[in-house]
Amino acid sequence: MNRLNREQMAERVAHDVPEGAYVNLGIGLPTKVANFLPKGRDIFLQSENGVLGMGPAPEPGKEDPDLINAGKQPVTLLKGGCYFHHADSFAMMRGGHLDICVLGAFQVSVNGDLANWHTGAPGAIPAVGGAMDLAIGAKQVFVMMDLQTKKGESKLVESCTYPVTGLNCVTRVYTDVAIFDLTADGPVVIEMVSGMTFEQLQEMAGVPLRLAD
Amino acid sequence: MIDKTVASLEEAVANIFDGATIMIGGFGTAGLPNALIDAVIDQGAKDLTIINNNAGNGETGLAALLKEKRVRKIVCSFPRQADSHVFDALYRAGEVELELVPQGNLAARIQAAGSGLGAIFTPTGFGTLLAEGKETRKINGRDYVLEYPLQADFALINAFKGDRWGNLVYRMSARNFGPIMAMAAKQTIAQVSEVVPLGDLDPEVVVTPGIFVQRVIEVPSRKAAAA
Repeated sequence: MNRLNREQMAERVAHDVPEGAYVNLGIGLPTKVANFLPKGRDIFLQSENGVLGMGPAPEPGKEDPDLINAGKQPVTLLKGGCYFHHADSFAMMRGGHLDICVLGAFQVSVNGDLANWHTGAPGAIPAVGGAMDLAIGAKQVFVMMDLQTKKGESKLVESCTYPVTGLNCVTRVYTDVAIFDLTADGPVVIEMVSGMTFEQLQEMAGVPLRLAD
Repeated sequence: MIDKTVASLEEAVANIFDGATIMIGGFGTAGLPNALIDAVIDQGAKDLTIINNNAGNGETGLAALLKEKRVRKIVCSFPRQADSHVFDALYRAGEVELELVPQGNLAARIQAAGSGLGAIFTPTGFGTLLAEGKETRKINGRDYVLEYPLQADFALINAFKGDRWGNLVYRMSARNFGPIMAMAAKQTIAQVSEVVPLGDLDPEVVVTPGIFVQRVIEVPSRKAAAA
């Protein structure tokens, strides 16, 4: 089986972002999606700190401390991009104006609950940032994650054991071995990596799956 | 003649009192009013409640204020960062209280305070640990959490240019919380890179109208000085 690496996962997600989409990419792995957006498509990247039309990282030496992304890394602004304050930025999320957000996850449940903000471990300092707003706000919530933990436990679960970020909000899950749409009837497999059989995937996922028609 | 500009940082923060609630603008270090925070450190006010998106980076700015043990409580969305070691140590030692608020709720609660609203119903956080014990309501089939406004005695913000009436414009993503915090505090103190003559700011592009600003202090930024 040909598991996708992180770059390949990012490239796969980028392939599904259509022309004209307003998109927020979460911190970490989802940020990589920006590197693979198909050239020639006008796609509007939103950054929660108040940027729409965010461009790539600046050339070395051209960084501006006033122009950063949600991960606090220096970025650029595309021609036609703009700035706005935080209440407007989160109105874009909460108000349902973003077409897609892409987030990482600890766990996703079969009905689309997302857990990605807090391990709940004793002594862990909780931090939530914009995760809860993104989870419930965008029209489509894509999650990018490995299907299994390093210990081999499925991260696609009947119900989340980690504290949830939002309920019934994830629409699609991109993993290293398959892509799932989360429907009212549970997870539907819409793509598998080459060399993977449905039976193997079912075994790895540990929750009932269906193959797309 | 109304002139909200003040001559010194000392004067800008002179009336901040012990136990005050202070909003501090900024997302990470973009838009953080460092000079005003340093002035508060020198001024000596203690037992403060700080409202900021984060809980300090490195050793300067908000982290320096925390390190001086002048902060009783911090209200923020994202305290844990690679360089938040000052907050981390104080939190683990039980020396600072944390109220964790989802970032959009933080913005909405600040905006609600500035807008004179009694409360808001927000979908963010419903069904999570951060909404535990809070009143909820189903409106048109969607679940919402009742959240109350966040007010402050003072707001310390960083803007790009200001005039003597307190009108402000910002620079790039350093705008972040500045405009809404200016509205939510009883007294807003703006650190600006440049004070310009009245009329120089295009009225079509003023972001914060002067009614929301009580004091303006010019602190030329290194970037502006170099330009």
